Amino acid sequence: MDYIIEMLNITKTFPGIIANDSVNLLVKKGEIHALLGENGAGKSTLMSILFGMYQPDKGEIKINGQPVKIKDPNDANRLGIGMVHQHFKLVGNFSVLENIVLGAEDTKMGVLQLKEAREKVMELSTQYRLMVDPDSKIDDITVGMQQRVEILKMIYRDNDILIFDEPTAVLTPQEIEELIKIMRKLAQEGKSIIFITHKLNEIKQVADRCTILRKGKYIDTVDVSKTTAEEMSEMMVGRKVQLQVSKEDANPGEAVLSVKDLCLKTNKNAQKNKLNNVTFDVKKGEILCIAGIDGNGQTELAYALSGIMPISSGTVTLNGEDISKASIRSRSVKGISHIPQDRHKDGLVLEYSLEENLILQEYFTPKFQKKGLLQFDKIRENATKLIEQFDIRSGQGPITTVRSMSGGNQQKAIIAREITKDPDLLIAVQPTRGLDVGAIEYIHSKIVEQRDNGKAVLLISLELDEVMNLSDRILVIYEGEIVGEFDPKQVDVKELGLYMAGSKKMEVK
Amino acid sequence: MQKKTSNLHAKFNAFVSTEGFKSFASSIMAIIFGLAVGFVMLIFANSKYAFDGLIALLTGGFADGMKSLGNVFYLATPIIMTGLSVGFAFKTGLFNIGGSGQYLVGAFVGIYISATWTFIPSSVLWIVALAGSALAGALWAFVPGLLKATRNVNEVITAIMMNYIGVYLVNHLIPLSPIYDSTRNQTVPPRSYIPRAGLDLIFPDSSISASILIAIACVVIVYIVLNKTTFGYELKACGYNQNAGKYAGINEKKCIILSMVIAGALSGLAGGLAHLANTGKYISVVDVLPQDGFDGIAVALLGLSNPGGIFLAGTFIAYLRQGGFFMQRYGYVTEVINIIIATIIYCSAFSAAFKNILTKIKSKKNNKEQKKVAGEEK
Ligand SMILES: Nc1ncnc2c1ncn2[C@@H]1O[C@H](COP(=O)(O)OP(=O)(O)OP(=O)(O)O)[C@@H](O)[C@H]1O
Ligand SMILES: [Mg+2]
Repeated sequence: MDYIIEMLNITKTFPGIIANDSVNLLVKKGEIHALLGENGAGKSTLMSILFGMYQPDKGEIKINGQPVKIKDPNDANRLGIGMVHQHFKLVGNFSVLENIVLGAEDTKMGVLQLKEAREKVMELSTQYRLMVDPDSKIDDITVGMQQRVEILKMIYRDNDILIFDEPTAVLTPQEIEELIKIMRKLAQEGKSIIFITHKLNEIKQVADRCTILRKGKYIDTVDVSKTTAEEMSEMMVGRKVQLQVSKEDANPGEAVLSVKDLCLKTNKNAQKNKLNNVTFDVKKGEILCIAGIDGNGQTELAYALSGIMPISSGTVTLNGEDISKASIRSRSVKGISHIPQDRHKDGLVLEYSLEENLILQEYFTPKFQKKGLLQFDKIRENATKLIEQFDIRSGQGPITTVRSMSGGNQQKAIIAREITKDPDLLIAVQPTRGLDVGAIEYIHSKIVEQRDNGKAVLLISLELDEVMNLSDRILVIYEGEIVGEFDPKQVDVKELGLYMAGSKKMEVK
Repeated sequence: MQKKTSNLHAKFNAFVSTEGFKSFASSIMAIIFGLAVGFVMLIFANSKYAFDGLIALLTGGFADGMKSLGNVFYLATPIIMTGLSVGFAFKTGLFNIGGSGQYLVGAFVGIYISATWTFIPSSVLWIVALAGSALAGALWAFVPGLLKATRNVNEVITAIMMNYIGVYLVNHLIPLSPIYDSTRNQTVPPRSYIPRAGLDLIFPDSSISASILIAIACVVIVYIVLNKTTFGYELKACGYNQNAGKYAGINEKKCIILSMVIAGALSGLAGGLAHLANTGKYISVVDVLPQDGFDGIAVALLGLSNPGGIFLAGTFIAYLRQGGFFMQRYGYVTEVINIIIATIIYCSAFSAAFKNILTKIKSKKNNKEQKKVAGEEK
């Protein structure tokens, strides 16, 4: 059997760390090949090498048996390699269409031929059921939609080797179903796919073979149909992982957060409210989960509660105090922590070091400053502690620039910072997005611990597994309204799905 | 023994790969590159004396010993200040191209106060005048800052407009004010000067004054603010990622305005320091933007926006200016000298590019070494 991609003995070092240590990756034509490994295991690095963004220190790459040198993404493109990055690389203030053709523009005598491009994009969009609106601005569309734009971008370029770096981390279950169908279709058409994911069930579902990395080293390539999910996770983490959260029943106390008739419009002239008469409480010692399909107001809800977006009407009360008009800072000081949905947009200053990012919410407190001067020894101490406790992996520890860290470890940094603030209310939006199974296990246990200490947790998640697993109570949000309230023990995923899709609705008080 | 040398070698390697060293080396490389291009231009201008001219340029700063050196510091003061202004704004995510306007209004207000506020004793008047300069510059930068923060108008455009408003306003105001010397069409000398603070004893007969000390103090303060304080932490966080700054509860609008205001105050102060140094410097009523404001951009680029680097870069450029003076001996006219110095400054501004090259070379070398080691293993 011939391989379409052969990456042999690839080694890549970064300051302080060997990201890839003699790694092999052999992909057959027309297969879906999963790449599995813990956060920071070197998956993205390996793919960036294949895509020409990094040069390997050592090793060889062959495409269709021919040794090649891939100096930059243009080279990769010429070889038919396309990549959907873990953190998308789209131009925010360009339209969807412009982003898709960017770099592969059709011009006639120097004039951009957008009309034909638009036809091709629309055709592909319907063919693969991607449902993108070519004229929306990237900044205005959901992450799920942005991702579909990235996929369309690859298909538009007729790439036949497709790299998906954690595509499902940001998608809803329905969208994942769709994506998996798309991937199958692409593979049937003879395209070869490398698929990075932390979700083992997805690997079981679509992948033919799976290569496992651990701490930069190649562990094995296995036949997916002959290996169980447990075996794979054990190979990747090096120990047995408990995939189910163990927790006692909740013991809810009085309300920490009360939201009453909250309405929000993103701009004054918008016809519809993004959030419409939302009313709910989050009580001490409970994990309340907001389930819903992406883009139904979850982002706005988190922004409204943390103060990033002003609300149009209604009240928000924290511990009995009206904070509807309070500033972001004062809400934070009064006891709200917020793990934002988009870690790069909101959660991190990528140019800052890890230790600087770990104090982003508390740099002004006496813990870290005296008379306006930062206390660097305290900052270092804090970082060292959190790195150890939350197993944040990076090349150079506290002084690592966050931009250079792996996606999952960036996420762990945010979670570490927000949880250790010890808030009365933790708003967690997609907190385990992009984390490996071991890290998820740990973070989930931390969230439960937070609850058991009598704190309130508002979990906003697109992942039904997480919702069912972690929550004590579920609210479903649809088009900015709460359309259902459930006890996770008495509802199944199917039923929830009906509410999330808007086909069922109940009166919630 | 061998162990010791390899240890030293490792230490040296570690030092060579530090950010600071890379910055310094890249600036030096940029300067050498600039000098080479400048030399080529000298050959074009007058090939016979090209070499002598270059020597004069490079040694002129020392030609008359301490006197020349004192003049170097005198010339360096305003461009260090405008360099700081640009560098500070840059570190906080803004581009202050309005240094010229801020410098000019700063100079005007400084001269005005020091010449007309006779009710203040002249021994302290210069302090008040300098404060006025800084305030005027701050005001000039406040407008672009406010527009950027509230209306998201690009600060480059508004700052350039403020530059022109500054020139025409000052030209309009001078003839109407008591500080106008109508026969010479320029401003009268100030009444209170920045003291020499004993520096004239170290650098006799030069134009040096306490201005340079004020500039050094500003370098230190800017360094501390940017790197050691929560305030600097906020400003930089908003500069790098406005959304994250907002998310962290920092008032990002206030940050933008304050950054611009501080940058403007530094440029305004530059104007005051240049004109109150008792060297007979005046504002002439012509529709030209003062060069020192734009020099600040070059200084900041060459100094990679680090306060320490800016101090060195400003001093270096002043040193060239002083040396350029002596090139006239070899028949180079001042215009040519200015072009050559401008070329050197222009090329030096590529230091960031050299830094990239340096990083690349370094990683290539690492690769090779690793390959060698790997080869030996086999
Ligand atoms: N540009 C870089 N500079 C320095 N270190 C880097 C750089 N890119 C990656 N690293 C380091 O290399 C290691 C591997 O990172 P990589 O992004 O490949 O991990 P990953 O397997 O994709 O993890 P995740 O599942 O979290 O996305 C990490 O420890 C990271 O800190
Ligand atoms: Mg990754």
